[in-house]
Amino acid sequence: MNRIPGKSYREATARQRVAGLLDADSFAEWVGPAARATSPHLAALGLPCSFDDGVVVGQGRVEEAVVTIIAQEGQFNGGAVGEVHGAKIRGALQRAVRERPTAVVFCIDSGGVRLHEANAGLLAISEIMRALLAVQGAGIPVWALVGGSCGAFGGMGIVARLCDAVVMSEEGRLGLSGPEVIETVMGVEEFDARDRALVWRVTGGKIRRTLGEATVLVEDRLSAFRAALESLRHSCPVALPRTLDALQAVQDQLTARATRESDLRDGQALWDRLGLGADAAWMDTAQFNRRLQELA
Amino acid sequence: MESFQYDLPARPCVALPVRAELWGVVSSGNLEVLVETGPPPDQCRFQVETSAHGFSEVWQAVLEDFVTRHAVGGLSFSIHDAGATPAVVSLRLEQAMQSLKAP
Repeated sequence: MNRIPGKSYREATARQRVAGLLDADSFAEWVGPAARATSPHLAALGLPCSFDDGVVVGQGRVEEAVVTIIAQEGQFNGGAVGEVHGAKIRGALQRAVRERPTAVVFCIDSGGVRLHEANAGLLAISEIMRALLAVQGAGIPVWALVGGSCGAFGGMGIVARLCDAVVMSEEGRLGLSGPEVIETVMGVEEFDARDRALVWRVTGGKIRRTLGEATVLVEDRLSAFRAALESLRHSCPVALPRTLDALQAVQDQLTARATRESDLRDGQALWDRLGLGADAAWMDTAQFNRRLQELA
Repeated sequence: MESFQYDLPARPCVALPVRAELWGVVSSGNLEVLVETGPPPDQCRFQVETSAHGFSEVWQAVLEDFVTRHAVGGLSFSIHDAGATPAVVSLRLEQAMQSLKAP
């Protein structure tokens, strides 16, 4: 669990992310691998299990402030949420309500529900959503980090958007239906899931940042995600209010956006309209952020 | 899935007892290994669950080689394998050894 400066967030495992995001040696894991809380469903199907069921939960510190941290392992079954995996996340969130950390750091790297676990996985996702809202109801902000190879899709895409802030890298992806799902349901003319550039123009960090769905766009480095956490302590210290009026205002904004931008096919069309430049997709993160700032 | 356990004679580990530590990830061609304090100091225990059938002799050869290279008596290695090659198995075991810490 080395802390390597400049190390890619995307390439790191969940455990390396936890070590790289928190103050050195501050992490204390809950229901760690030695507890062997493995998936009974995968075992019944004769499939390999993981000692942590693909998610690391516990407590640590960011600049001395106590945080609850949840990190999904995208390499294990696509970070998909099974019964035990989901129960660990829900338990960590419920514990956060009792123990009142400064924030919950949620490293999402998941395609959504683990299909092998069917209804148990779906139920787990809704339990996570309810527990996350309870954390926010207690005034504790939840910060999502999306920069893993699996992105945040399906139910975990919704969970990401429930969070008070979303930190993304350009490499991160956020959406509801994943590219392959859209292609399967709607046909390849509607969406070619093998067109990587298209996938990123529609779901990647830059378009999410442009639309305001990602709060911060950072470079794909563990240290950059860590720096974003440090600044969120100051810019997003409490959970956003969830009054009916506030929700209605967001609903109105989204409705207006859907009408205003209904003819736009992808990120480049939006960047063209905003005057961001034809080279928006190739700009590095700092340049892209600077251009967005200038246009704001 | 195929499961087996090997108890091999080994030189005692000097770092006992150790904090449980997990290395690697269960993904295609990879594996995870959980190191814990376990058997008597002159024994090393390997519990392997693998998705690849029919490779127990290769496993035994890799693990025997590992035991001759390191003082791992008193340690238990629990492995979940998703078809890692012998080289990757050796690499993960080496990483786990380097990470050994007191609890």
